[in-house]
Amino acid sequence: MFYCILCYNLESELQAWSREKEATVMARSEAVAHALASQGRLGPVGRLMPTTTAMTVRASREPVVLDGPFAETKEQLLGFYLVDCPSLEDAIEVARSLVGDTGALEVRPLARFYPGIGLQ
Amino acid sequence: MTDVAWIGAALTAARPQAVAALLRYFRNLDVAEEAFQEACLRALKTWPVNGPPRDPAAWCIFVGRNSALDEMRRRNKHDSLPEDDVIADSEDNESAMVDRLDSSAYQDDVLRLLFICCQPELPATQQIAVALRIVSGLSVQEIASAFLVSEAAMAQRITRAKRVMTQSAVAFETPGPAERAERLSTVAAMIYLLFNEGYSASGGEAHVRVPLCEEAIRLGRLLLRLFPSESEIMGLTALMLLQHARAPARLDENNNIVLLDDQDRGKWDRGLMAEGLVLVEKAQRQGIPGTYQLQAALAAVHARAATPADTNWAQIDQIYAVLEALQPSPVITLNRAVAVSKVHGAAAALELLKPLAEPLGSYFHYFGVKGALLKELGRADEAREAFNKAISLARTAAEAAHIRMNLDKLNS
Repeated sequence: MFYCILCYNLESELQAWSREKEATVMARSEAVAHALASQGRLGPVGRLMPTTTAMTVRASREPVVLDGPFAETKEQLLGFYLVDCPSLEDAIEVARSLVGDTGALEVRPLARFYPGIGLQ
Repeated sequence: MTDVAWIGAALTAARPQAVAALLRYFRNLDVAEEAFQEACLRALKTWPVNGPPRDPAAWCIFVGRNSALDEMRRRNKHDSLPEDDVIADSEDNESAMVDRLDSSAYQDDVLRLLFICCQPELPATQQIAVALRIVSGLSVQEIASAFLVSEAAMAQRITRAKRVMTQSAVAFETPGPAERAERLSTVAAMIYLLFNEGYSASGGEAHVRVPLCEEAIRLGRLLLRLFPSESEIMGLTALMLLQHARAPARLDENNNIVLLDDQDRGKWDRGLMAEGLVLVEKAQRQGIPGTYQLQAALAAVHARAATPADTNWAQIDQIYAVLEALQPSPVITLNRAVAVSKVHGAAAALELLKPLAEPLGSYFHYFGVKGALLKELGRADEAREAFNKAISLARTAAEAAHIRMNLDKLNS
C-alpha cells in the first residue's frame, strides 16, 4: 500500500525560524527520506511554497478562481496532482479542467521537489 | 518539547496577531505589550512541560488578557477597567478565542497595529524602528545594531516615538474599505522603507543588512496572508523577494557593489526568486497596475534572464513607460534611460536625460548613468566630469569605489 504523508504546521512560525533551526529540521527529514530511498520505498517528496503564492479554483456554474489558499475546513483533502506547468496561468487552466461540480482545487507551486523512485 | 529556540520562533510568529488583538481589547499599547510579555514568560514555563498549544497566538491573547486583567484588579480596584461589554467574555475558553481569531476582525487588528507605527509626524526611520520593536519584537539592542547606532540612542528614539503614538487618536472601529485601503498603502510604504533600509544603507558602510530585509519580507508575507487578494501587497512582497534573492551576489569580497550585469547569477537565491515570480504573475492576473507590481515586474525580467545578454530590455522599457505614466518621476525616467540605451543606443538615452539635469542635479545615480552613456559614446572628457561629480555625491564607500573603477577604465 502507498501512503501519503501530508505536512501541516503554522507557516508564520516556520518563517520565523532561524537558519540553524531550518537546517536542523531539514537535515532530520532528509535523513529519514534517505533511509527510505535506499530501501526503494520513497516516492516524490515536495515542499510547497508559502500559502501566499496559492490560488484556489472553486466549483461553481463556471469555476471561480480565487486568490489565496483553500481556506474552508468543511471539506476534506482527498487527493493531489503534481503537474509541470510553464506558468501559473497554465496551472490554473489545468485545475479548471479538473474541477468537478462541487469542491475546490488549490493550486500551489512547489519550492523543492525530489522525484523519488518509480514506486511499483 | 524543551527546544527553547522553537518556542522563540512560535512567540515571534504569534506576536503581531497577539499584540494587535490585545491592543484592540485594552486600547492601550503599553498594556497590550506588557500583557503579551507576561504571556511569553508563562509560555516559556508551561510549553516545555505541556507541549505547544495548537494556536500559539490564541493562547497568548487568552493568557495575556487574563493576566493583564488580574494585574489591573490587583493594583487598583478603582482603576477604570475596559467597558463591561468588552470584559463580559473574559471567561471565554481558549477554543472560543480560536474561533474568534478566524473572523476577519484580526486582519484589521494587525493592520491597525502596523498603521499606528506609521505616525506621519515621526521620521521614517523612527516609524521603522518602532515597528521592529512593537510588531516584530526585536530587542532595542538588535534594532540599534541594525541601524548602526548606540543602544541608548535607539532606546531614546523608540521611547519618543511611542509617546507620539500613544498621544495620537487611533480608530478602533472596523475601518471602511477606503480607510482600509489607505492604511494598507501607508503600511506597505513603511515595510518597503524597512526593506530598503536593509538593502542599501544610506551613509553606512555595510551595504546589505540581511535581518532588516528578512524582517520586511516576513511582514510582507504576513500582510499578504491577511489580505490575500491585494495585488499591490503581492507586488510589494514579490519586489522584496526578487531584490533580496540577488543579495548574495550584490557585494564582492571588498564590500564593493557588483552591478547587475557583473553579478554571478549562480549566487542568486532561486527559491526566493521563484516565489517572487509567482507573486508577480498572481498580481498581474488582476490587471490593476500599481507601482510595487511594476517594480516587481522589472525585477522579474532580470530574474528570468539567464545571462545579462538575455535580458529583455524592450520589455523593461515598456514597464518603465507604464510606471512613468502612473507615477511620473525623474528617477523613473533615469532608469528608463538605461533600458533605452540597451534597446536604442546611448545617444537616444542621453536625450532622455536632458530634462533631468536640474531635478537630479545632486543625485549620485544620475551622474553615474550619464558618465557611463558618455563613455560609451567615446566622449571621454565629459564622461570624466560626470564620474567626478558622481563620486562627490556618493553616499557610501562602495558607491564611490564603483565609479572610481569606471574612471580608471576611462583613463587606461
